[in-house]
Amino acid sequence: MNYNWDWGILFREPYFDWLVEGLMWTVSLSLCAWVIAFALGSVLGIMRSCSSRPLQLIATVYVELFRNVPLLVQLFLWYFVFPELLPDDAGRWVKREMPMPALTTAIIAIGLYTASRVCEQVRSGIAAVGIGQRNAGKAIGMNEWQVYRYILLPNAFRIIIPPLTSEFLTIFKNSSLALTIGVVELTAMTRQIEEYTFQGFEAFTAATVIYSVVTFTVMLLMRVVERRIRIPGMIATS
Amino acid sequence: MGDFDYSVILDNLPLLIDGLKVTFLLTFLAVVGGIVLGTFLALIRIAKVPVFSWVAAAYVNFFRSLPLILVIFWLYFLVPLFLGRPVGSFYSVLIAFILFEAAYYSEIIRAGISSVRDGQIAAGRAIGLSYPQTMRYIVLPQAFRSMVPVLLTQAIVLFQDTSLVYVVGLKDFLVSAELVANRDQRLVEMFLFVAVVYFIFCFAGSLYARHLQRKLSA
Repeated sequence: MNYNWDWGILFREPYFDWLVEGLMWTVSLSLCAWVIAFALGSVLGIMRSCSSRPLQLIATVYVELFRNVPLLVQLFLWYFVFPELLPDDAGRWVKREMPMPALTTAIIAIGLYTASRVCEQVRSGIAAVGIGQRNAGKAIGMNEWQVYRYILLPNAFRIIIPPLTSEFLTIFKNSSLALTIGVVELTAMTRQIEEYTFQGFEAFTAATVIYSVVTFTVMLLMRVVERRIRIPGMIATS
Repeated sequence: MGDFDYSVILDNLPLLIDGLKVTFLLTFLAVVGGIVLGTFLALIRIAKVPVFSWVAAAYVNFFRSLPLILVIFWLYFLVPLFLGRPVGSFYSVLIAFILFEAAYYSEIIRAGISSVRDGQIAAGRAIGLSYPQTMRYIVLPQAFRSMVPVLLTQAIVLFQDTSLVYVVGLKDFLVSAELVANRDQRLVEMFLFVAVVYFIFCFAGSLYARHLQRKLSA
């Protein structure tokens, strides 16, 4: 194996800046997509567990559609196909005039995809709170919305902190798919460093370390959060 | 939608089917390799072999913290470097998938093994089987039977993940469709077709997994 090691490359200009910039894009993409995934996923999870048949059906169809098509294919559908199906003006706006078309598309595509996964977590969280709590709420005269607002959701969200953390980390890792439509996030930046300098080892090691460090930091942080807001007396099992 | 051109799909069907074969072959080999390596990792962790258990745990957590695309890039870069000659992207991608998926499979298999009651291990040892024999003939067969639905679900995830070979241009289903799409300027038709095909396979697979799950818990 012939290889010229040069770890210094990572700290030289412009490569160091590239890494920082790539990480910045990865983080902002992940956070924005998470806002969509969390908000929409929560609504869908409530719909799937509520008493209205039509709402259940809509949420179920959504989940099956988004879970059974690869994320990369969904990304291409939003980026290449969706604008073609719109009226001419709107299509052109989505493709070119919209601010940062590739990044925005990636945020929406990854957000909508992850919403289907968050939905399932929220649903199982609500189920874990139990039918007894739901009935108790009804028995004291709450309507369905109040049962969700004051009983089911405050309990469910605390129970599902660990799976939601891993869904967020899934978004963080999946944000690398955005490179296929030209978003130069962390993975794309390291690939670019490899192509410019032929120092693949160093470049990919940098990305590997950054991804791992962020992942483990988020996990530790969420473990603290989980402990602080744990419901006393609950083991949090279904 | 009025000018949806079905003929571009029909005309290129042989090419697309070739791509689909690559996708399926890659999925199959990666599932087999992933389960073998994953079982190995799970057994090491469960047996609590000093140092090795720790290494296996570190392996699993490490790979689970990385994006698959990065692992694909790593192997695409490393494999030819180690062998000292270029190999087709298929092999480097396959190794990437096996290494990556083994981490996920090992967690599933570990949970499956843990769900077998420890009385079974004691019983095996009591009739004179060694620890590896107890695992091989008593624990693993029971564990795997209960894991089939989850393993299948993971295989569906893996089937979807193989689309990421796009980043190294291996001609799987998606890449073949993309080639046609760009050549004939038929992006709408091709990408919708790809989505529908993936959906059919994955949806059917997930229904079957749910059916198996019900049969097990019944």
